Amino acid sequence: MSGVVAGGYLVAAVLLILGLRGMSSPRTAHPGLIWVGVGMVIAVAVTFLDTGTRNLGLMLMALVLGGALAAVYGRQVPMTAMPQGVALFNGMGGGAAAAIAAVEMAGQGTVAGAPLVLGLLGALIGTVSFAGSGVAFAKLQGWMRRPFRFAGMPAVNALLVLAALGLGGVLVALLPVPGWVVAAFFAAGLALGVLLTLPIGGADMPVVISLYNAATGLAVAFEGFLLDNPAMIIAGTVVGAAGSLLTQLMARAMHRSLLQVVAAGFRSAAATTAAEGSGGLLKGIEPVDAGILLGYARKVIIVPGYGMAVAQAQHKVWELVKRLEERGVEVTFAIHPVAGRMPGHMNVLLAEAGVPYDKVADLETVNPEFERADVALVIGANDVVNPSARNVPDSPIYGMPILNVDQAKNVLAIKRGRGAGFSGVENPLFTADNTRILFRDAQEGAGDLVAALKQV
Amino acid sequence: MSDGITALYIFLLAAITGYEIISRVPETLHTPLMAGSNFAHGIVLVGAMVALSHAEAPLGQALGFLAVLLAAMNAVGGYVVTERMLRMFRSSQNAGGEDDR
Repeated sequence: MSGVVAGGYLVAAVLLILGLRGMSSPRTAHPGLIWVGVGMVIAVAVTFLDTGTRNLGLMLMALVLGGALAAVYGRQVPMTAMPQGVALFNGMGGGAAAAIAAVEMAGQGTVAGAPLVLGLLGALIGTVSFAGSGVAFAKLQGWMRRPFRFAGMPAVNALLVLAALGLGGVLVALLPVPGWVVAAFFAAGLALGVLLTLPIGGADMPVVISLYNAATGLAVAFEGFLLDNPAMIIAGTVVGAAGSLLTQLMARAMHRSLLQVVAAGFRSAAATTAAEGSGGLLKGIEPVDAGILLGYARKVIIVPGYGMAVAQAQHKVWELVKRLEERGVEVTFAIHPVAGRMPGHMNVLLAEAGVPYDKVADLETVNPEFERADVALVIGANDVVNPSARNVPDSPIYGMPILNVDQAKNVLAIKRGRGAGFSGVENPLFTADNTRILFRDAQEGAGDLVAALKQV
Repeated sequence: MSDGITALYIFLLAAITGYEIISRVPETLHTPLMAGSNFAHGIVLVGAMVALSHAEAPLGQALGFLAVLLAAMNAVGGYVVTERMLRMFRSSQNAGGEDDR
């Protein structure tokens, strides 16, 4: 590696770290991303000096083709589908790391010792991440509805882990080996990625994607050891460590144990309990009355949930907020950590509608405010505002941090029907004395409220 | 100092750096940051290019082509989705400057 290449990698690594640090604060997030991008371009540019002209045509073709496909998909994927978009591109990265190791295996005999061991480990992690991310994508896209498992699954998974490690051992000890051994090694990794992810439920997918993101980072770092490439080692390790912590933070915010989520494929029986509703009385309200309630309030807190995002109602809701503010009503958005499909997802969706981020408050900031709110407006949220989490110890969601919507003077919920939330747990908030329900789809309900406000 | 030890140093320091970067991130940014770190491991593209340049036989070339293709998708796609998300974040002081999408 020449001095120019090594220097380029150093600059790239520094830019990448500073950029990621910038991305951890809203004000500097966008410049941070640009820095990471510049680092990446520098790294790729100096790599051309290193690779010479062999296979240059193929390389350019793959770069242009891959770049174009990803740019097209990345531009048109809707904001509500962002989690699976990230899963898809993450899987590509894992697959690339695995393919790097495969190329070096096919070259046979040029690498040995610790770099080879790490390279194979990275290849296994990358393959699992590739296959697992694919399954996660399919699940979030709605192609695969139910968690899937079969009787002997834990045993099969254990066997696959042993087979992959055993085959890896054979490769380290005996390289060069027949091609089918290499192929079997990768096949075991692919099967493991699929089988580990299949039994995990859709609600846990964000945690899984974040975990695979960290895994791909680690795989990239390990391939960096194989190729003796410092840019890959540093960037991959930083992402691996940052991603691991981010996964823990997400799991904690969603009140899930990381171990429980990941070990789904190693548990035999699935004890699923369907909660049965006790059936309190839901009290409906008409838009005009709801408009009066909101229009003459001093302080309104809006709690948006995934239902709002699915109905694409965030633009209408923002319009409603602007109308209310014109009347002098103080309006805040309260975001539960797991509103939407993963932490921060709802913030992105609101930002898409043009809501400034300083109107959006997180759980800890906003919870003391509910007591002073005249109206809490719940739009397409359910489990995250369920008071059972606070006061019913045998509820499946007991202990989960919730927004204390029930403490507001009035609760107004826009809700399509009588169904329970994602967890299937009955929600006493909706049958409480001070709660009124506007039975509408979120988009339609917000529109009706805007119209009603014009008349009051 | 041997190469192995240097590599271990790099690995550990980079891991600590990664951990520190994330430790104070607000929940608002979890999703964009996950997307951003997804973009950052697109650096695998560099390795894919090197690997392809090593390949001599058709099998190696095919695998190397696949590696560069996948890595390019990771890098470009990762950037595009993260950029789209972050462009939307703004405070009420400078709201309205950009076009609504």
